[in-house]
This record gives sequence, C-alpha cells and structure tokens, in this order.
Amino acid sequence: MPAMNIIQALNSAMDVLLDADPDVVIFGEDAGYFGGVFKATDGLQAKYGLDRVFDAPINEAAIAAIAAMAVGMAARGLKPIAEIQFADYIFPAIDQIVSEMSRIRYRSAGQFTSGCVVRSPWGGGIRGGQTHSMSPEAFFTHVPGLQVVVPSNPYDAKGLLIASIESGDPVIFFEPKRIYNGPFDGVPDKPLSSWARHPKGEVPEERYTVELGKAEIVRPGEACTVIAYGTLVHVAEAAAEHAGIDAEIIDLKTLVPYDIETIAASVNKTGRVVVAQEAPRTSGFAAELAAQIQEECFYALEAPVFRLTGWDTPYPHAHEWAYFPTRDRFIRALKTVTEA
Amino acid sequence: MSDAQSRFHVPTPPFRPGDAPDFSYLNLPKAGTAKRPDALASWRETSDLAVGLVGVLDHNHQAVGDWDPRLSPEILREGLSHMVLTRIYDERMLKLQRQGKMSFYMKSTGEEAVSVAGAMAMRPTDMAFPSYRQQGLLFARGRDIVDMMCHCISNSRDNLKGRQLPVHYAWAEGHVFTISGNLGTQFPQAVGYAMACAYKGEDRIAASWIGDGTTAEGDFHGALTLASTYRAPVILNVVNNQWAISSHQNIALGDAPTFAAKGLGYGVASLRVDGNDFLAIYAATQWAAERARKGGGATLIELFTYRADAHSTSDDPSKYRPKGEFDSWPLGDPIERLKQHLIGKGEWDEARHEKLEETMTALVVKSYKEAESHGTLHDGPLAPTESIFEDVYARPDWRLRRQRQDLGI
Ligand SMILES: Cc1ncc(C[n+]2csc(CCOP(=O)(O)OP(=O)(O)O)c2C)c(N)n1
Ligand SMILES: [Mg+2]
Repeated sequence: MPAMNIIQALNSAMDVLLDADPDVVIFGEDAGYFGGVFKATDGLQAKYGLDRVFDAPINEAAIAAIAAMAVGMAARGLKPIAEIQFADYIFPAIDQIVSEMSRIRYRSAGQFTSGCVVRSPWGGGIRGGQTHSMSPEAFFTHVPGLQVVVPSNPYDAKGLLIASIESGDPVIFFEPKRIYNGPFDGVPDKPLSSWARHPKGEVPEERYTVELGKAEIVRPGEACTVIAYGTLVHVAEAAAEHAGIDAEIIDLKTLVPYDIETIAASVNKTGRVVVAQEAPRTSGFAAELAAQIQEECFYALEAPVFRLTGWDTPYPHAHEWAYFPTRDRFIRALKTVTEA
Repeated sequence: MSDAQSRFHVPTPPFRPGDAPDFSYLNLPKAGTAKRPDALASWRETSDLAVGLVGVLDHNHQAVGDWDPRLSPEILREGLSHMVLTRIYDERMLKLQRQGKMSFYMKSTGEEAVSVAGAMAMRPTDMAFPSYRQQGLLFARGRDIVDMMCHCISNSRDNLKGRQLPVHYAWAEGHVFTISGNLGTQFPQAVGYAMACAYKGEDRIAASWIGDGTTAEGDFHGALTLASTYRAPVILNVVNNQWAISSHQNIALGDAPTFAAKGLGYGVASLRVDGNDFLAIYAATQWAAERARKGGGATLIELFTYRADAHSTSDDPSKYRPKGEFDSWPLGDPIERLKQHLIGKGEWDEARHEKLEETMTALVVKSYKEAESHGTLHDGPLAPTESIFEDVYARPDWRLRRQRQDLGI
C-alpha cells in the first residue's frame, strides 16, 4: 500500500469518486486549475476536465457559488464536493448551510435532498493568525440535518470522505491542516514527522469507506478516557506516552452523529475523562460531550469531566502556542483527572 | 439556431503557463479621451466611463485631456517618493520573510499608484478601510515605518500586540481601520462609516478598497445597495489586478464588461481608471471625494492594474500564469510612468531618482534595524503572553480571568 499524507489521501478519495460517478463535481476558490491552496485537488482538473473540477468565484454564500451551489446542484442529482478555502471563511455561507442545506430533506418531507460535502482546512498550529486557524465545528454540530466529520489521519481522511459523499446528506468535513503533512505531538517547533512512518499513513489506492458515526480507540488504557478529534488525537497520544499515563484515547472522527457507545463503554471502565478541543471553551463541542457523559455515566465517574480547550479569545498570531492545547497542557489535564 | 443548447460553462483565463501573453484584445481607450462630467452629475453620465478608461498619462508620459488634475511638481514628487518607498519596503519585507523574520508577507508591487494616489487625493482625516494590499496608503498618510515593521514582525512594539498576521495593519490615529483577513467585509463597513459622518453633519468621507476577486462576495453587492439607498459619502474602490490568487479576474467578472459597470446597476456613479497612472487615480479620487462631500453620494472606482508579483509568500504564480506576464502589461509600471512624466516636465532626472532610491533603501534598512531591536516573532520579546486575554471585552469576565490562571500567568 502506498504511503500518503492527508492531502494525497483526500486527493485519492476525490479521484476515486470522480472516476466512479459522473455526478460527482468538485469546485472551490482556486480549487480548479491550481488544485487548491493546499493542493488537495491537484491534477484533478487536468484528469477529469474543466466541467468536473473548477474554480469558483470568491463567494462562499450565494446560490451562484460554493456552499449554496452545492445545494442547487444536489437538488438536481449531482454529488458536489465544495471546498471552502479555510474554515475561517465559512461564515459568509452560514445562512445557506444552516437555513437551507441542512433542512432541504426535512422541509420538503423527503422530496428534495441536499447530499454534498463541504470540505475545509481547519484548526491552528500553522501561525495562520486569527483568520486561518479557527475550529468552528460547534457552530455546525448545533444544526440538525448536518453531519460533521473531522479525520485525524490519511487512511480515515480518504475513507470518511468517500463515506460522506455516499451518505446522501450534507457533511461538513473539517480537515486538520496542521497534520496534513505529518502527525503533530503538540510540542511547538519540533521538526515535522512523516505519515510514512505512521500505520494510518498507508492508504489503499482503491475505493473503501470508513463508517460515519464510529469512533476508534487508538490507544487502549485503564487510567482515564481521552476523547479527541483531529490534531489533538496525536497530542493526546504524545502526552500519555510522555507522562506514562495509561490513558484510553478515543479518536471521535465523526462529531455528528457521535459514537456514544464507544464513549460510554470506555468511561464506564475508567471513570475519568478528558474531552479535548482546540476551539474556544464556551459552548464548544467538548461541552456537549461532557454533558452527555454526565447523563450516561454519572455513577461511574470518579472525577469531574475535564475540558481541555482553547481559550475564550480569538486565535492569537504571535502567541499561538499559549493558546493551543499543547502536550504540556494535555499532561496537566491527564494528571488532574487521574490524581483527583 | 435549432441546435442551440445550454452547456455548462466555466471561464478560462486568456493565458496560462507556457502561453505568450498578448493583451491587445483588451482594446483599452487612449489616455485623454474620457470626458469629465461635473462631480455632481447623475450617475447616468458615468455610463461610458464605467466601460471606458479614465487615463491622463499618454504613451509619451504627457498629461492629456479633461481629467488632468494639474498637480504641482511638489505633489508629483511626493507621490513618486511614496511609491518608491512602498516598492522598496515590500522588497525588503519579502526578503526578511524568507529569512524567517515574519510568518507571512504580501507585496503590492505594480499597484503602488492605487493606494498612494488614492490616499493623497483624499484628506488625511477621511476614513480608510483598506485591504491587505494598500500599504502605500500608510506611507502617504505618514505612518512611521518602524511601527509598520514592528507589526509585521509581531514584536513587543507591535501596536496590535501580535494578534494579527503581518500586513493586517490598524492605525486609528491615521484614520486607517483595522484590516481584516476575511475578504470584502470592509466594503459595507465603509458605507456605514460614511453614513455616520453624514448623520453627524461632518464633511469627512470614507473610502474602501477590495480586489477583483472579492467583488464576488455578497458584501460587495450589499455595500453598493446601501451606498445607493443612503447616498453615502463613500468611495468604493475595486483594485482589479487581474488575479485573485490563481483565479483570473474573469471568474469574478463573468460576462460583465467591467467591474465598474456593475456599479451602474445600483445607481452608483462608476469609473474605470488606469490603475498604473498616478494622475488618473488622483483625478478620479478627487472627483469622487468632491461628489461625496457635496452630497452626490457614492462612487465605484475600478482601478485597472496588474499584480506584478505573487499573491503572498504562500504561492508560486508561475504555476498558474505565464512568467513575465507583467512585462507585456499594456499599462506599464506606475513608478516608471510617473518618473518619466516628471522627467519630461524637467522636474526630475535619473540622478535624482537614483538618489531617491538610495535614500529610501537606507531608510528601510535603518528602520528595520530599529524595529528588530524591539524583538522578532521567533526570538522575542513579544507582547506579554497575558495580553492574549485583553481586549476580548472592555473588561475580562470571570472566564477569562480563570483561563489566564489556568495558563499559569
Ligand atoms: C471570505 C474569504 N474567502 C476566502 C479567502 C481566501 N483568500 C485570501 S486572498 C484571496 C484572493 C483575493 O483576490 P482579490 O480580491 O482579487 O484581491 P488581491 O489579492 O488580488 O488583491 C482569497 C481567495 C479570504 N481571505 N476570505
Ligand atoms: Mg486581485
């Protein structure tokens, strides 16, 4: 199996989808000829033509452009994959996504559907400043009708993307750009390691899916449960390793619908939990997880659920590492729950 | 036409890597041919101007026609000096970015006249809502270069406390609004600011700049709608530098004749201007400023120019457009054109120009030394870490106070 990084795995997923189904179309700002600013669609226009993979005007919002165009196209039976250049730039599209895309099936009692994928590079750790670093997943997990996916490695990225387009419902697909080219252990300024040395860096060329709504235990353990997604899965692993704490680490992969069975089984076993997100703390997705755990596992809990999050500030540029939940902050969180 | 049939259409740019660019298809009207209506004329009288081109400097670098603003040699030399400084500053900052002194940089090479002439033709107290590519505006308004550099290298003297990416300046004292990374948001903001000036009975106006690609955003259309409805004293500039990262301007333009023409549909006076002609930009801005100040409302100005370098330090333009396209650009280089104009008038010469470049280079080098003495992004000192919790609100609430403790500071 070839080693791929996340960008290559996404590219391979789109290649497979374009090849198999003439109804799949891909578009976004700079996503056509140039292949996207992160190169996820590189070479696809040359291979499949201008009408399958094309550039969109800079308008995340309107019917004529990305998110909304996805709704209009899906209504006509296409399977669009739209790229929003950075998750931070998804907000002009919020009306189309929240009021329209998410509800087409519901409000038409199933006569119309809006199956599509909105891909977007997400998260910080690349010195992107406040407009290239955000993790806005919680805005979308709050919207009935949307599925929200965040892969943490190349294998899952490909399988989840294919599963997303095949699900028939809209998916907001956030890609942790910090780990596009290699896993990150949450120690700033350390040289990047490569996906080639990671088991999930091996990606089949052909079509396969990774089931939506299923989490994965990436490190079994007894001392506590850690629930993370995206970049922080790797930071959690590094923290457990470094501190010698026998944490059970769950890679959530799908935020909506999230895999409560896997979570509850683990928490009922360990009784101690850290839920992690890079986004600001208040009303973040970690709060949803903490509340659900409290309802499902209250009598198994031995310590308060710990939320490890970004701060309630915009994402700073120069002080990025004071904001990011680094390995050291993760270790403190693990110690807090295991020593409580 | 019985076999006529709708086909899915996606525009392509005229030239891609490997092509030899030939811009003769643009058919640009000659300098001096555009008529200059009264500044309070109906927007309808700008219909020809929106699809034509306001130009003053002709191919011999002479000022011709109705739009010649008849500027004194002092003003022209001042404009030249700001433009030369802008170009040298950009070059230097790019080099420093390559050396790792800052995280990111965006040049305005080839477009210096847009921001310098635009700023000089307004009053220093008029409010500016620029994009990330109008650094010339700051020089024209007298912003301290060391302060600009300190922002770009995010050090302890950065007036934005390291919170923003480089080139996203903000300077309240100089009436320059905080620059956003989110495209287009400043356009309706400028309209609102202008409406507030009118509401307060001031004779200040506002101006904003966005790129060709950004006109596709809803905010462009919202700004024009509201500017027309409320007859806001605002100048709405579209800097058409032909490219939006890798997308040619035709991706945003569609089948419209020009970006300026889009303003007419909103009932807004609209001009297309040679964006590499200092005199034409100055004259058009002066016209629009007078119109705004006297109650005539908004003007949309398309500045027809060319982005001579990469979009930012994150892209390689040779991947999506022919190398050397700028050399074939029919409207030339704005600095060279103003320089030749001054020389033609006997108000400048090569030796003085060389001296100017030397002076500006020395200024930039010396300023950077001073800026660096206040720290750099990688080696510090930066703004104090706890400052990340400031300015979220006027007063931090319990959450931020507790989070600051959690961070251990
Ligand atoms: C809302 C939003 N969408 C996308 C982007 C990403 N982006 C940054 S600059 C740019 C191109 C802008 O082109 P143009 O408006 O022509 O301005 P220019 O860079 O040429 O000055 C894009 C797509 C963004 N910053 N904000
Ligand atoms: Mg542009």
